[in-house]
Amino acid sequence: MWLAIKLAYRNLIGAGLRTWLNVIVLSFSFVVIIWMKGIMVGWDHQAKTDMANWEIGAGQYWHENYDPYDPFTFSESHNEIPSQLESEIDKGTMTPMLIVQGTIYPQGRMQQVILKGIDPDQNVLKLPSAKLDTAITVLPAFIGQMMARTMKLDVGDRVMVRWRDAHGTFDATEIEIIDIFSSNVPAVESGQVYIPLQSLQQMTGLENRATIFTFSNEVMGRDAVAGLVLKSKSDLTKTVDDMIKTKNSGQSVFYFILILLAMLAIFDTQVLSIFRRQKEIGTYIALGYTRKQVVGLFTVEGAMHAIFAAIVAAAYGIPFLAWQAKIGLTMPVDTSEFGIAIAQTLFPVYSVGLIVTTTLIVLIVTSIVSYFPSRKIAKMNPTEALRGKIQ
Amino acid sequence: MNERNNNADTKKSPLGDLGVAIIKTNQLIKRFPMGKGEFTALKGIDLEFGTGEFAGLIGPSGSGKTTLLNILGSLDSPSDGEAIVLGQSVSKLSAKGAARLRKESLGFIFQSYNLLQVHTVFENVEFPLLLLNYTAAERKKMVMDALEWVGLTDKVKSKPPKLSGGECQRVAIARAMVKRPSLVLADEPTANLDAANSHNILKTMETLNRELKTTFLFATHDEKVIGYLKRKIFMKDGLVDHEEIVNN
Repeated sequence: MWLAIKLAYRNLIGAGLRTWLNVIVLSFSFVVIIWMKGIMVGWDHQAKTDMANWEIGAGQYWHENYDPYDPFTFSESHNEIPSQLESEIDKGTMTPMLIVQGTIYPQGRMQQVILKGIDPDQNVLKLPSAKLDTAITVLPAFIGQMMARTMKLDVGDRVMVRWRDAHGTFDATEIEIIDIFSSNVPAVESGQVYIPLQSLQQMTGLENRATIFTFSNEVMGRDAVAGLVLKSKSDLTKTVDDMIKTKNSGQSVFYFILILLAMLAIFDTQVLSIFRRQKEIGTYIALGYTRKQVVGLFTVEGAMHAIFAAIVAAAYGIPFLAWQAKIGLTMPVDTSEFGIAIAQTLFPVYSVGLIVTTTLIVLIVTSIVSYFPSRKIAKMNPTEALRGKIQ
Repeated sequence: MNERNNNADTKKSPLGDLGVAIIKTNQLIKRFPMGKGEFTALKGIDLEFGTGEFAGLIGPSGSGKTTLLNILGSLDSPSDGEAIVLGQSVSKLSAKGAARLRKESLGFIFQSYNLLQVHTVFENVEFPLLLLNYTAAERKKMVMDALEWVGLTDKVKSKPPKLSGGECQRVAIARAMVKRPSLVLADEPTANLDAANSHNILKTMETLNRELKTTFLFATHDEKVIGYLKRKIFMKDGLVDHEEIVNN
């Protein structure tokens, strides 16, 4: 094996440009696959971090009737704040949120919204709730950038909001937009208006009640709370996982095409080698190689392209990937319109596992692609091969 | 000069006294498929060669000399009869056994040199030693010795495309001789060379034969080569027609 590696190395280096063209194509596959996979991992990482920071914390308790995708459940989704959660709320490691349906009337238009009551003193989520602690004559509210854009609202704008209280009676008041935040998490921005928790509780007649409780410390084996359902961080980020999985499957097609192109180059070189190097094959046999050993030599030669490619890819790929990790990939269009947790700039994250796996996959595929044409050598007549006669 | 026919008492090497027989063929037949039938290239060859011979199979194209050389080099197997090379029956050798015989005991010189084009002169000559697992230091010494025999020590780093035909063939001789094989099989070694280069090559081989006692067996129809041979086996239509022994 060592001899095959040594000879393959000499043959490849000796072949010059032919080798390096294949190596460059293959190295391109390495870098692009690692970069694209890195983007996906980075996106996954960023989406989950942003969700944790802005929406879900380390997990949540939901009212058992609460379904974020069905606003009709909101009127039935609130509990008295359970006494067993009070200590965490007092410590500031948990924050309650009351969620009700409402309507706003920006510039004479009517728009369904979700009114979220949030404690101005909370520090569990990055939402700018502290800004609600203000002394203005109307109800203070903040909204996300996406909401501001679709509603054409700006800081300082006043807008009418209408809701139904616990008894089903409609009521309305004016709110003032005191802040607009940007989060990369559409679920906390789209169609949502944040007002002080206590105000919303009073407006709806739901004093001391809340729909969800977000906690900042992920405590294993949390106690069950009557009427509430515990949602772990992994439960709440499942949609992101599913989306990344779907995206990964889609990208696999791209990887396949990329590897296919590189493998075509290797396959082509191998087939050409076997035709053009018949005399050489015959010579190896005459000098004491078995045909199996020659097949092995040609397979190692093909596989060695992948090793060279990994080295070449490292030479220009490491600086490129490091640069990308630093400046990220900025989306050419506004990502807030995508409706998924995606930042305007995605920063790729590369792991050792990603690099090792990619290298191994390319190496194994290259070896297989190299082996198949080389098998023809096993059927060659060495005396014909020595004369360079095409077989 | 003695002249003999291919009869029973001419089977034995006339130079057999120099050493033990290293090649012996017995009613060697080789057939090749041709269309729906067969073509018989060797029609029953009985020959014997001893250690240190400088012999040649001479004949026109199609006389069977290259086929015989290929069988003796264990690159091909006989259809019938027997070929014993260095005590081993070629037809009974496995692929591995044949490869071992070639690797350890045989040297080949080809008409078109068959050098590894992308390897340097040193690497070409080193190749058989790599197969025999010599150490780097041993290889270096043996390669340099071999290149000294053929007068190419100044070309170690050159690659075959940069060498002349004569130089290429000298590299091929060095490669064949570097492991000090018992037998060197040379198929038309001067066919691509001019007269001056041919004589150079042949003198080199003659010297190596004399000094290292290596058996050289040629397949040729080149008059220049024939002039150097000590034993000439004339072949015609797959049979040994007659032999000539040159007495110095």
